[in-house]
Amino acid sequence: MLITEREKLRNNIERWTEEYGRNRSSLIPILQEVQRQYCHISDYAMQVVADLLDIHPVEVYGVVSFYSFLDHRSKGQFVIRLCQTISCDMQNKDRVARQLENDLGIAFGETTPDGKFTLEWANCMGMCDQGPAMLVNDQVFTRVTPDKVHEILEGCRRVFGVYAVERREEHLV
Amino acid sequence: MSATHVGPLTFALVEPAKPIKAALALDRASVIAAISASGIKGRGGAGFPTGVKWNLAATAKDEHKFVVCNADEGEPGTFKDRVILTEYADLVIDGMTIGGYAIGAATGIIYLRGEYTYLRRQLEAILAKRREDGLLGKDVLGKKGFDFDIVIRMGSGAYICGEETALIESLEGYRGEPRNRPPYPVDTGFQGHATVVNNVETLAWIACIVSKGADWFKGVGTAKSTGLKLFSVSGDCTRPGVYEFPMGITVTELLKEVGGENAKAVQIGGASGHCVPASEFGRTIAYEDIPTGGSIIVFGPGRDMLHVAKCFTEFFVEESCGQCTPCRSGNLTLLEGIESLQRGQCSMKYLQELCSLGETMQLASKCGLGQSSAVAFLSIVKHFPDELMGRGETKLAGRA
Repeated sequence: MLITEREKLRNNIERWTEEYGRNRSSLIPILQEVQRQYCHISDYAMQVVADLLDIHPVEVYGVVSFYSFLDHRSKGQFVIRLCQTISCDMQNKDRVARQLENDLGIAFGETTPDGKFTLEWANCMGMCDQGPAMLVNDQVFTRVTPDKVHEILEGCRRVFGVYAVERREEHLV
Repeated sequence: MSATHVGPLTFALVEPAKPIKAALALDRASVIAAISASGIKGRGGAGFPTGVKWNLAATAKDEHKFVVCNADEGEPGTFKDRVILTEYADLVIDGMTIGGYAIGAATGIIYLRGEYTYLRRQLEAILAKRREDGLLGKDVLGKKGFDFDIVIRMGSGAYICGEETALIESLEGYRGEPRNRPPYPVDTGFQGHATVVNNVETLAWIACIVSKGADWFKGVGTAKSTGLKLFSVSGDCTRPGVYEFPMGITVTELLKEVGGENAKAVQIGGASGHCVPASEFGRTIAYEDIPTGGSIIVFGPGRDMLHVAKCFTEFFVEESCGQCTPCRSGNLTLLEGIESLQRGQCSMKYLQELCSLGETMQLASKCGLGQSSAVAFLSIVKHFPDELMGRGETKLAGRA
């Protein structure tokens, strides 16, 4: 990571720490912000958080490794979580899973080489009456069928496209 | 996505904010007396009498008390809290505010599971609107000396944080590992302060009880399990969704309503609940017979019960916090046992050992997760022995 990026990260974490308060119970909200912004929580980020909250970095690592929505390893910009629990399982989640793997070319637990998509299992996400259900970041998709998988992924890719255009225009201005 | 429910819910009949007005007209002791008189027990599944819980917190000597709404709905097959938070969040917040008044707390915390992040914006908007309307903040509805406000805290994908002490650990910034109880959160809770942790549904019912009276609530259900309850129904039935039934309904009656008459078994209470076979469908769903947090999963005639047991056990292997050995290691051993049953390589003697291990886990685990994680496996072994033994090559892909 470039020094300037590190500085930016540190500034962000300092800002979040101010926002949530400099105490232990702010740890998870701060980590959630880092996760949201950077798609993972790096060693450096953990060290900065630990310094600011005056706790040992291993304490921070202990928390990051405990929660499945906090990740030490880098994740894709879109984290796809397919529900694997019983009701979705009974509604053929296996076929959706296979199609996701086919369309993305990765297995569950992996991230695409371009860093765009991560594929994961989720445990019951409270959509049992409308399964199979899956989360793409915070957005929920229900009654997913294998033929809808492509459409959902294309929706994500379009976000990249628009984002790229916006960035270019911003640059021109 | 739509929030499905079948038939009108009682929650639709109670006007938001009215319950707070009704509660503020009473003194604190009378509010708790009304909750106790209604006989309501925790709707999250554990079934602890809410009146007793509030009374303990109200009598605790503490400057800073907390009301926590447990919106970490994670039990497989449960989604009623999602529907309540989507459509009747005002009632839940009414319930929290009434709790704040009754026990003398100034802060409420909604612990919302990470999977429900998409509900957060809407909840924040409701909270902001209520601050404007004087329903939250300083001197709520002009009641001098009653300040109450609510913050939302997000979970991060851990089922165990639905257990109240693990939830508090998580709020404090630690790994969500359950604490020993006692001390209970009502005297040593969030940051050592007296804290009540109530399920989303419990809080919404409290608003209804304060508004409609304890006698109305007591008039429904059974003597030991009063009132109405929401059920999340999924699986092999024609009309899955959220239903409202009185406590004490039989499994047969419920299946008829949801279109699952031909079921061979029903899982009541989610992964940590009981698997009830057709021969026992005459039993009632109530704290004194089959307790539940509301999860009903219907298994049709074609379902492979061993696969069901595997699915539940995989869930517990992943969601065990790893703190105590019976749960961390026991569930893994059970899963290996189930896989050997699937391959047809398990002797009856080994199956008996697995069952004995399951019983040990029930006795020796530290928290409710570990204690209940073997229940589904044991009840499937008990009720479907003919599906377990002597199986050959199975075509099941398991978890893909």
